[in-house]
Amino acid sequence: MQVTSRRFKEGAHDALHDKNIQQAFSKVKSGFPVARAKSASELPEFEELRDSARDLKNHILENLDYYLEYFEEQVQLQGGRVHWCSSYAEAREVVLHICREAKAKTVTKGKSMITEEMALNDYLSEHGIEPIETDLGEYIIQLAHEYPSHIIAPALHKTKDQVTELFHENHGKYGFNERLTDPQALVNEARSVLRDKYVAADVGITGANFLIAETGSTVIVTNEGNGDLTQSLPKTHIAVSSIEKVVPTLEDASLFLRLLARSATGQEMSVYTTFSTGPKRMEDIDGPANFHVVLVDSGRSDLLGSDKQDLLRCLKCGACMNHCPVYQAVGGHSYGWVYPGPIGAALNPHMVGLEEARHLPNASTFCGRCEEVCPVRIPLPKIMRHWREQAFETQVTPKPERWGIGIWAFFAKRPKLYRLMTRVSARALKLMAGKKGVIHKLPLMKGWSSVRDFPAPEGATFMEQWKKQQREGK
Amino acid sequence: MSASSEKKNVALFVTCLVDLNRPSVGFAAVKLLEAAGCTIVVPEVQTCCGQIAYNSGDKESAKAIAKAVIRAFDGFDYVVAPSGSCAGMIRHHYRELFEGDDTMMVAVEELSTRTYELTSFLHDICGYQPEGVRLDTSLTYHDSCSSLREMKVRDQPRALLGGIDGLEIKEAEDREACCGFGGTFCLKYSEISESMVDTKIENLLASGADTLAAGDLGCLMNIAGRLKRRGADMKVLHVAEILAGMGDKPGLGEGDN
Repeated sequence: MQVTSRRFKEGAHDALHDKNIQQAFSKVKSGFPVARAKSASELPEFEELRDSARDLKNHILENLDYYLEYFEEQVQLQGGRVHWCSSYAEAREVVLHICREAKAKTVTKGKSMITEEMALNDYLSEHGIEPIETDLGEYIIQLAHEYPSHIIAPALHKTKDQVTELFHENHGKYGFNERLTDPQALVNEARSVLRDKYVAADVGITGANFLIAETGSTVIVTNEGNGDLTQSLPKTHIAVSSIEKVVPTLEDASLFLRLLARSATGQEMSVYTTFSTGPKRMEDIDGPANFHVVLVDSGRSDLLGSDKQDLLRCLKCGACMNHCPVYQAVGGHSYGWVYPGPIGAALNPHMVGLEEARHLPNASTFCGRCEEVCPVRIPLPKIMRHWREQAFETQVTPKPERWGIGIWAFFAKRPKLYRLMTRVSARALKLMAGKKGVIHKLPLMKGWSSVRDFPAPEGATFMEQWKKQQREGK
Repeated sequence: MSASSEKKNVALFVTCLVDLNRPSVGFAAVKLLEAAGCTIVVPEVQTCCGQIAYNSGDKESAKAIAKAVIRAFDGFDYVVAPSGSCAGMIRHHYRELFEGDDTMMVAVEELSTRTYELTSFLHDICGYQPEGVRLDTSLTYHDSCSSLREMKVRDQPRALLGGIDGLEIKEAEDREACCGFGGTFCLKYSEISESMVDTKIENLLASGADTLAAGDLGCLMNIAGRLKRRGADMKVLHVAEILAGMGDKPGLGEGDN
């Protein structure tokens, strides 16, 4: 996909003036966070589970090579294959190769963020294979030729009316010519269209929420059941996963599962939690004949041992964006790459380059709500600050900003000079305000006065008044 | 036994915004701390906690300023700031600044443990409760993010305000949401900040309160400035002003009246 993080400000501007987007994302704050708070409060050990999940993820990351090799062995024992890919390009080629071996014309896809990162759909289409997204939200944005604006609710930015039009434009060829407006009717129509696709598909591609080392299983967590049909009906199942998704045991997976849905949607469990272990066995009623796991690194191993390793704990629950006031204001697409919200602000500079994604870690008030709700306690503001430091050190931060900070720091380091400057400023600002008590226009702080008035200082600074009082022996 | 021997020796960290923009908050803090049985010193060499540099990625400037703060506030029983943000910087982030620097770390840790936000210090450490202060108004309290999440300040200001005669507290919806200030964020991303402060203001106004109070001047200047721009009628005061019996003075952005 085209990376547009550089245009964050412009994207945010457009989003702030788009009524549909404003309406869609303002609903986020009354929905997911309320549900999360309720389900967390109903589980007394929720906070301890978060600690355990953080610690376990840290342990896994310290021993990632071991668990991945253990996982591979188990997949092989079950009759599956594991493909190690260091880059998106490699992973795309592997997937294409498997599809060609299966003589695939169409592939169905379950919801997967890693295949969004890889831009797999475009690649498969270019090579003559039709990918069909089966998660309803993903299906909608595929029809619209867009990408997810939320990692668990990808079509969050789409209104019902827009979906009506999309379905009307695209479903005529299946004999559906009515313009539907009832949400349930729209869902039913999509379901009818997709049913035939599941059966016709030669390959089913899913992501993985977890890879279980001791059993060689891949796990997907869904609410629509589309993932199950995607991975069990076609002859070949490809699970694409980034490397940090591995967990040692089934028991360990259950720890994360107790946190995942609660943090994401406020559900105790998602509707479907599906474990896939190898291809169909003799005694199985159904299942794929071929089972492949494509492991993708693409920059993850570079984070190991760095000051940003904690990012690899991410469960992709979306809680950080659900609680982020910036995300709620500007929506997902402003961030300009696969991951929006705080996780995107902290991760994307690594994935697409700091120069491209410079705005993302800066566009935060450090309000700290993301870290407060992250099920694996990723210190997101701290990581964003590390990016700001890196940007400052490598001069990615624009010169005016650097100079501004430099001038301010020059004074802040010299108390006497600082006193003089504040005394002058306080008086000048008070004078500018006159009797109104506020200043409407601040030439050097347009960012402030374009939005707000500036409450004028009282006149003399605290320090000079205090000194005077002390002298006069108050 | 003389009372003075029990007095806590407190250094006031004025904060750069209070010093420049609203000195009355500093005097309110002094009044409250004295009433709570503390002796107050205001170290003269203080300028700022360094947070602006720290959050802008200029770690070296932040370190230089932090070192000056550590020196200036050495030897006092407590350091108290009328701001959760500045107190949070000193208590939590100085540690990150000097991570790996063992010689600095001793002083950093030591300063960290005795640094407090004003209302939590008054309530938790001094057991202070205002007496004989009256303010006939309805008030809604904005939790600043750093007070709430870094300094765990939520109930303390409300408990203190509960001791003000005639004051009715009307809580606003979504009160834990950020107001959109964020230091230089509100300058660099002013449109996003505008959207955030407007959301905040809708909730504050919907509470039906006449007055807004908070413990951080950054948030208050942002909200008051936007209220003024929108022509909305809500008086904005720092919580220390109300507790110190200065609640009848003009609010932020109201001039001398």
